[in-house]
Amino acid sequence: MAQDKVQRVSAIKNGTVIDHIPPEATFKVLQILNLTNESITVGNNLSSKKMGLKGLVKISNKILTKEELNKIAVIAPHASVCAIKDYKVKNKFQLKLPEILENIITCFNPKCITRKEEVPTKFYVMKKRPLKIRCHYCERIFKKSEILIK
Amino acid sequence: MDFKGKSIISIRDLSRKQILRILEVAGALEQNPKPELLKGRVMATLFFEPSTRTRLSFESAMERLGGKVIGFADANISSTRKGESLRDTVKTVENYSDVIAMRHPLEGTARLASESVSIPVLNGGDGANQHPTQTLLDLYTIMKTQGKLDRLKVAMVGDLKYGRTVHSLAIALTLFGCQMYFVAPDSLKMPPYITEELKEKGIRYSEHGEIEEVIDKVNILYMTRIQKERFPDPSEYEKVKNVYVLKKDMLTNAKGNLRILHPLPRVNEIATEVDNTPYAVYFEQARNGIFVRQALLALVLGAVK
Repeated sequence: MAQDKVQRVSAIKNGTVIDHIPPEATFKVLQILNLTNESITVGNNLSSKKMGLKGLVKISNKILTKEELNKIAVIAPHASVCAIKDYKVKNKFQLKLPEILENIITCFNPKCITRKEEVPTKFYVMKKRPLKIRCHYCERIFKKSEILIK
Repeated sequence: MDFKGKSIISIRDLSRKQILRILEVAGALEQNPKPELLKGRVMATLFFEPSTRTRLSFESAMERLGGKVIGFADANISSTRKGESLRDTVKTVENYSDVIAMRHPLEGTARLASESVSIPVLNGGDGANQHPTQTLLDLYTIMKTQGKLDRLKVAMVGDLKYGRTVHSLAIALTLFGCQMYFVAPDSLKMPPYITEELKEKGIRYSEHGEIEEVIDKVNILYMTRIQKERFPDPSEYEKVKNVYVLKKDMLTNAKGNLRILHPLPRVNEIATEVDNTPYAVYFEQARNGIFVRQALLALVLGAVK
């Protein structure tokens, strides 16, 4: 039994752990965060009581901004996030998809003015499951597969 | 309900009460013209895309209320051609006018313009998105011919996929509990994002392939042109271009109060023999655009409460 408890993804001293990511979204999370200098540990297709399979990302020496958390919430709406300090969990919370997504998504509609002019985008979440959002400018509705994270 | 300073960008922004107020003011201005109501006010028409009807109708509405008009009717003669951003253009024009009426080929431009200036912006069409003044004049025409908007039976015919007028009209009619009949070939059916919204709001609608299936049941027959310019593939246009042609003999069993609307321009979808029947109101509909635009100008400029 003790062997089962061996950590498959090593602990970090300081930083952020993003857990319960849908496996298909794990690498997208990394892509969104655009991490260049931080050391990262990634686990994917790990077994999870809650989800069956899950992804896990540990990022050393980085606290995520609200904007970054909102971006992750779009592709991994049920992920949990822990801030780690000296190997201890300092703050743990569940991600929540905001009602309005401000400047984190590129409009999928090539004829939307936000694709031509430098304008912060804005989308209204119409439905969370399955995700459906409406562009504040062109008013088009998009589903999850059409969402382009900035 | 105060419209002063408010921009009219999307039919979705307007409540049932606001729509009825706009139509009420339009009716009052039709009955009692006010040739000096907007004296000393200036409207800028920024038409980045060619349009005859909408621009002339806006300009005529302003002139008939005693206001003045400045503007351009082609993006090639504006500084956009020199690379100026939309926001810079409207911020400059804001200094020269009290209200802006605009059309632009990109979607969301009127919204962006309204957020960039402190004077009201009236959307005269932003790409395939919204054209709220058209919807309001359609509603005004329906109201005038039927005496009400509530619980009517309305058929929309033709290009229901690309036609923004039918999308906005369908959304507006949900506020009045109308039953809708959509007549279109398979390739031009009402898009799911509209029909889903109708379902969510509990609105009754049905889809049909032929005008004959609905013509005897409805109060309003809203015809549209199959828009050649919207088809990415010309052979697809050839397949559907003549699919609906409304002829006089099809109206034999129509309801007495049936009225036929069309946002114009028409190509061949309504035979000219229909023009002289009591059912045809499409030219009156174009005229109604003046009163509705007058009402909007008067309301957003605070000349009418």
